[in-house]
Amino acid sequence: MLIFDDVVLKQGDFSLSVALSIKQGAVTALMGQSGAGKSTLLAAIAGFLSPDQGQISVDGVKLNQLSPAKRPVSMLFQDNNLFPHLSVLQNVGLGLRGDLRLSAIEAQHVSDVLTDVGLGGMGDRKPAALSGGQQSRAALARVLVGSRSVVLLDEPFAALGPALKAEMLDLVKTRLAGRTIVMVSHDPADAHRIADTVCIVADGCVSAPVETKELFANPPEALSDYLG
Amino acid sequence: MAHSTFAINPRWPGGIVAGLVLALTLGTLCAVAIRAEFQTGFGAADWAAVRFTVSQAFVSALFSCLLAIPVARALARRQFRGRSALITLLGAPFLLPVIVAVLGLVMVFGRNGLLNDAFGLVGLPEISIYGFHGVVLAHVFFNMPLVTRLVLQGWLSVPSERFRLAASLNAPVGRLIEWPMLRTVLPSAFLVVFLICLTSFAVALTLGGGPKATTVELAIYQSLRFDFDLGRAALLALVQFVICASAAIVAWKVTSPDGSGAGLDRAVQRWDGGAKRDVLVIFLAATFLALPLGMIILRGATEVLSLPTDIWKAALRSAIVAVFSSALSTVMALALALRAGRLAAVSGGLPLAASSLVIGTGLFLLVYPFVNPAKLALPITMLVNAVLALPFVLRAMAPAVAKIETDFGRLAISLGMSQQTWIWGVVLPRLKGPIGFGAGLAAALSMGDLGVIALFAGDGQETLPLAMYRLMGAYKMDAAAGAALLLLTISLGVFWVCDRGGRTVADF
Repeated sequence: MLIFDDVVLKQGDFSLSVALSIKQGAVTALMGQSGAGKSTLLAAIAGFLSPDQGQISVDGVKLNQLSPAKRPVSMLFQDNNLFPHLSVLQNVGLGLRGDLRLSAIEAQHVSDVLTDVGLGGMGDRKPAALSGGQQSRAALARVLVGSRSVVLLDEPFAALGPALKAEMLDLVKTRLAGRTIVMVSHDPADAHRIADTVCIVADGCVSAPVETKELFANPPEALSDYLG
Repeated sequence: MAHSTFAINPRWPGGIVAGLVLALTLGTLCAVAIRAEFQTGFGAADWAAVRFTVSQAFVSALFSCLLAIPVARALARRQFRGRSALITLLGAPFLLPVIVAVLGLVMVFGRNGLLNDAFGLVGLPEISIYGFHGVVLAHVFFNMPLVTRLVLQGWLSVPSERFRLAASLNAPVGRLIEWPMLRTVLPSAFLVVFLICLTSFAVALTLGGGPKATTVELAIYQSLRFDFDLGRAALLALVQFVICASAAIVAWKVTSPDGSGAGLDRAVQRWDGGAKRDVLVIFLAATFLALPLGMIILRGATEVLSLPTDIWKAALRSAIVAVFSSALSTVMALALALRAGRLAAVSGGLPLAASSLVIGTGLFLLVYPFVNPAKLALPITMLVNAVLALPFVLRAMAPAVAKIETDFGRLAISLGMSQQTWIWGVVLPRLKGPIGFGAGLAAALSMGDLGVIALFAGDGQETLPLAMYRLMGAYKMDAAAGAALLLLTISLGVFWVCDRGGRTVADF
């Protein structure tokens, strides 16, 4: 369970109130206008912002006092998910340990995961030598080699074409099954494709998660405004 | 308010560096202030030095700007072979050792120079390069190219649509587009040059002198070196600091950071003629810049190999000082860039307002009671050179460091990278280009420095610029030309090697 216990996040004049819980293993999409606070919410879960009020917890572990690295949370950013000067193997290895020193066993594990996401034999390449889709796979592999239970996606596949993006979302769904996934999305099709539930972010509040099918069948005002 | 909780860049090294810079600039100033003899007051000669310092800086800045405008305009409008080489050449005076340029100018404009030879042939009277106009000439030689680059950047930053619009409306391009652009670019360029000329020491030392053409910097040097009047030197150093600090504060307020010359490679397409005049202007500017250097190369080439061993030893000394000074400057700049924030910005900019003679005087006063300052000549030169180059090295590195942090800081934090891995595994590999450029800059600047070393050096401690100055003082112009060529080669060579080294290993 990912629980927001009366959390308030403030940035200048902007304020976001969150009181909800997300089931273990669920895929939840955050939808709303740009500037509504979707990325702010992810930053708070990841530990880049500390709440002004309230407590965020995962499976009973309180996060507020934990540094980003100590939280059971991995994150894929909009861009710059890979260090361009490090090899794919090194980049993915960082998900296992943060000091760039992999033992032989660890390196083998990383190679296996690379094969699993379709990047077998590409460990020695630099990210620039990969296609956009392959780079996304490498970033995903880094999340896979770790075992953190919450995964945050801040539109990491936005730059990919529709077919590639769908492929990546399916890969997320299958490979990360069992982990709690919170994703920001501008595209309702993304939510349709893999999200179990959707939270609407609007007017300084985050709604409780609603079943995706139910939501789109019966959109509340905030969502129909957004969808147009 | 929600705030970012964790930062990955270490802050304490920047704190140490800031402390060191503050101690060397403001701390030495305190040492100076304590020794200054206020009761004796300011003599007529001192006032003359202040007047000369300010007036020559003003005139130098004025001419640098006035001459730069037509050159920049011509370069902005014309596309020709060798244009990018010429623009690169415009950046060279920054790396050029002052003493080398001065010798080159003497060979063109001096008593036995090209110009006087030509004048003699047609029966015109001889001109002299020494005094006010000589100092201004040298300053224009150094700074006109700098202003040209700044103004050229201004010209090229005007969207080409505006020129097309003006052409289709048949509107006056000058009043509509060019004058407003110059009004934003020129004031800051003028101030930068004014500031640089205020702290100029080597030019005044070589081309000035005498009661009519002594800068405050030169007066400090003379009262320490010849009169051994510590109180007067200290008082002058204080005055020099006030002059520079006020100019620097003004400059700080009006300057915008200059680009590295990126995007100067294209010409603006124009529809308002003037081709012949442009060609003439470019030819004259290129000659003015290239001729003195050409003379050095021509006269020096035959002399280099027959230089006395003293000169080679001086060259080695200079190179060693340059290597250490460059390494120190680069490490300091990295620490400040990682720290960022106000303290780093202030201590990174402070050396611009400091003069090497003021710092030198302060250090002289501090070490004098304990050791013979001549014993510390080289380490002190190394330290002072590193600090004086710091603003430029920092400027080369800070934007890149900031970008690395914006791009990858959060990722590194969320992965649990240690600061050590972050610095060695991410920042340094990604910063090779700027580090190479910055280190090369610092090394070249130190190589050519003729400032604090003149204050301290005893026998057998000369650096190459100082040895060259002494050769010129003894009218051994051929040997001086040889030494100049050697100095020029090492300065540009060391910059090239560092810059190249940084670039070839960068991977994307």
